[in-house]
Amino acid sequence: MRNRTFLFMPGNNPGMLASAQCLGADVVIFDLEDAVARQEKDAARNLVSHALKELRPQGVGITVRINGLDTPFWQADMEAVVEARTNFVMVPKMERAEEVQQVAEAIEAARRKFGVQEKVEALVIVETPMGLENVYAIASASPLLRGILLGAEDFTAAMGAQRTAEGAEIAYARSRLLTACKAAGVLAIDTPFPFVSDLEGLEKDAAFAVQLGFDGKAVISPHHVHRVNRAFVPAPEKINWAKRVMAAARLAEAEGKGAVSLDGMMIDLPIIKRAERILLLADV
Amino acid sequence: MSAHVSAVAGTLESNDILVTISSTGGSANSVSLSSIVISQFGPAIRAVIDQCLEASGLSGVEVTVQDKGALECTIKARMETAIARYKEKM
Repeated sequence: MRNRTFLFMPGNNPGMLASAQCLGADVVIFDLEDAVARQEKDAARNLVSHALKELRPQGVGITVRINGLDTPFWQADMEAVVEARTNFVMVPKMERAEEVQQVAEAIEAARRKFGVQEKVEALVIVETPMGLENVYAIASASPLLRGILLGAEDFTAAMGAQRTAEGAEIAYARSRLLTACKAAGVLAIDTPFPFVSDLEGLEKDAAFAVQLGFDGKAVISPHHVHRVNRAFVPAPEKINWAKRVMAAARLAEAEGKGAVSLDGMMIDLPIIKRAERILLLADV
Repeated sequence: MSAHVSAVAGTLESNDILVTISSTGGSANSVSLSSIVISQFGPAIRAVIDQCLEASGLSGVEVTVQDKGALECTIKARMETAIARYKEKM
């Protein structure tokens, strides 16, 4: 499953749920949290559950963002979406490793309760100063944790910062979260670009996320999906270079050589890893 | 005599369905269905509503359904939500 784009969709809108697989996102996130009014939480939970069971979107990863652990809704959300066989449960406002462990235990309990054989993993959102301070502990808290999304809107609000298209106010948050995710071996997912009609700004923001090393980026508009997907596809010359690096590495291994050169450059492990990442992004 | 109870789920937006369940004071159930696709899918929609109502165990209710082209999973979800909300108020 590719992880370039994670598209948020409101969980209480039947028309949007039905279109989930047609929008080009690698992963869709059915939202039971911010997109749903408090008095409609039950309706959205039922709708997402039935949509996943009976209308299973094909060719796309399925995530449901449940309500936070500090709400009375999250346990019912968790049971409903695990029973409906979501791929990932996304949990907002993670601040401590213990909360990730609580989420992992709840996922496993729900799987046992409903006899779910399929793996269900957790994605969490770090969107508070405390969460960012604890981000490596969060990232390494459970084998069920697949990745972390930076939630820049809540984060900048908590910091008293102004959110801009250029993103200087989230530079530290991006770098810190990214480093923690890479160190822990989980996906680092960049924050959505919030200025929906600024498509030029979106493309710059997505290109910067790729440059930094993010594995994917959340999006809040279907109009953003293809632009962000495109940002994660390497240029043809990079793909060609990566293929040649991998071929040279395989040849060296077959011949029992410890090292090999290509175009006068030594091919060592960091170069091979860079080439692997390019081919992964290119889906080659 | 018990008080009148009513519960609603869904919307009148495209692809959705609005379900209203009201107590009648009697013992029989009744269903009133309107749909933008009544000529093509009326019987199928009615069958889903009847199944949900039967599974609910409710009696003495009137179910008013205004369909705007909902898929079967949406009809089930809205019916189940309206039924649960109705039971909470009983």
